[in-house]
Amino acid sequence: MSILSDIKETLTGITGILTGLSITLRHIFRKPATVQFPEEKRPMPERFRGSIVLTRDPDGAERCVACYLCSGACPVDCISMAAAEGENGRRYAAWFRINFARCILCGLCAEACPTLAIQMAPEMIPSKRQVIDWVYEKEDLLIDGTGKDPNYNFYRHAGIGVVSPRGGNPGEKPPVDVRTLLP
Amino acid sequence: MTWTAVDIALMLGKIVALYAIILTFAAYLVLAERRILAWMQDRIGPNRVGPFGLMQPLADVIKMLTKEDMIPKAADRLLFSLAPAMAAIPAILTFSVVPLGAPLHLFGREVTLQITDLDVGVLFFLALSAIAVYGIALGGWASNSKYALLGSIRGLSQLISYELSMGLSLVPVVMLAKSFRLSDIVNAQADMPFIVYQPLAFVIFLVSIFAECRRIPFDLPEAEGELVAGFHSEYSGMRFGLFFVGEYINIIALSALASLFFLGGWRGPFLPPIIWFFLKVFVIAFLFIWVRGTLPRLRYDQLMHLGWKILTPLALLNILATGWWLALR
Repeated sequence: MSILSDIKETLTGITGILTGLSITLRHIFRKPATVQFPEEKRPMPERFRGSIVLTRDPDGAERCVACYLCSGACPVDCISMAAAEGENGRRYAAWFRINFARCILCGLCAEACPTLAIQMAPEMIPSKRQVIDWVYEKEDLLIDGTGKDPNYNFYRHAGIGVVSPRGGNPGEKPPVDVRTLLP
Repeated sequence: MTWTAVDIALMLGKIVALYAIILTFAAYLVLAERRILAWMQDRIGPNRVGPFGLMQPLADVIKMLTKEDMIPKAADRLLFSLAPAMAAIPAILTFSVVPLGAPLHLFGREVTLQITDLDVGVLFFLALSAIAVYGIALGGWASNSKYALLGSIRGLSQLISYELSMGLSLVPVVMLAKSFRLSDIVNAQADMPFIVYQPLAFVIFLVSIFAECRRIPFDLPEAEGELVAGFHSEYSGMRFGLFFVGEYINIIALSALASLFFLGGWRGPFLPPIIWFFLKVFVIAFLFIWVRGTLPRLRYDQLMHLGWKILTPLALLNILATGWWLALR
């Protein structure tokens, strides 16, 4: 009895080993699941936070109005800019800089943005040999598209500058030179 | 036999060629193992250095050689630096008795494709595999680290246990060939490889060489789950590299011997002898990799149980049965 059960156990063990070997052999010929990253890229979901871009409105103008909200929302202080105002009273960023060496891709800047200018994009930023190469300027960040909300145009809603000059909207008083109010 | 200049040149040529062959083979076995294991796990494996990753061994050697050579403060410096060599040299020496192919006729004399055709080739091989234990024992002891020591203690008992069943499984082969000389053993398999007569001995030998190489499922001396890296925990750079290369040369040596003892060595139809020999070695080396990709590590008592209570009695029974058969025939 005990010898019989021993033999049975041995046979079970041997078939177990052979089953395992056959499985590993079959896997040799299977297509690898590896994605060879820098050359091949896995398609990321649309809302994946891989990098940050500055988008344009449907007319092709920059959406960013340099309000500093993204910079203020940023938990790691990686966004900096300088505001400027155009001839038509429209604000824009004279320079806009994101330090991706600090950026944690949390997406708070995109949530804070009132004009939907700054958006998260699914494309990942490649690694760099020099830290300074991680610092992206406005030219590197600006894309030609409208991003996630293709029809949104902040100035069409807010109306300043583009639709009619300052003080030209119905019910709006012309701008006041504050210095004249000084005592 | 008097040695002429041609003899000496031939011998040197054979030694250099053999070194080149086994070192290249060992380097590419490492790559092959990494690639095949990767395929088994649905990965790709190292494919960056050169076409198909073929320059990877070179990159590894450069990496090993340029790494910092660390010797722990508490280590026994002499033994610590001796141990890697003690692990690699016996494995390389084993090849001196391995016939790689049929004898050739060059310069009006018969040239055997082996360094030396010892009368006691089998015993020489067994002695060398016994000496190989020192590499592990000294490496673990000299490191002065508890993990290394535990690894080397395990390695010692494992290698000594499995040497027994390995030696015993070779006795029927020697009985059939009626010689300890490896070329005689190959010649005795001219009609039929010994695996046909001795399947059990082949299986016992195979399991024993897995244990002798300290390969999964018998890699208890290095069991990375429990012992960091076992007996070579404290080694880095090329000293570790020597242990590593020694392990792979050992795999090739034992695959070569398994093919000599049981698969007919360089004998085979159609293809040239040396190609047959390497084909058989490749097959067994692939088996090593295949098993590594499949089986989990044994528990220590299971290892001892398998060696002493199953393989050794089976090998003894096999000797008895072979003797009986030879006497009755």
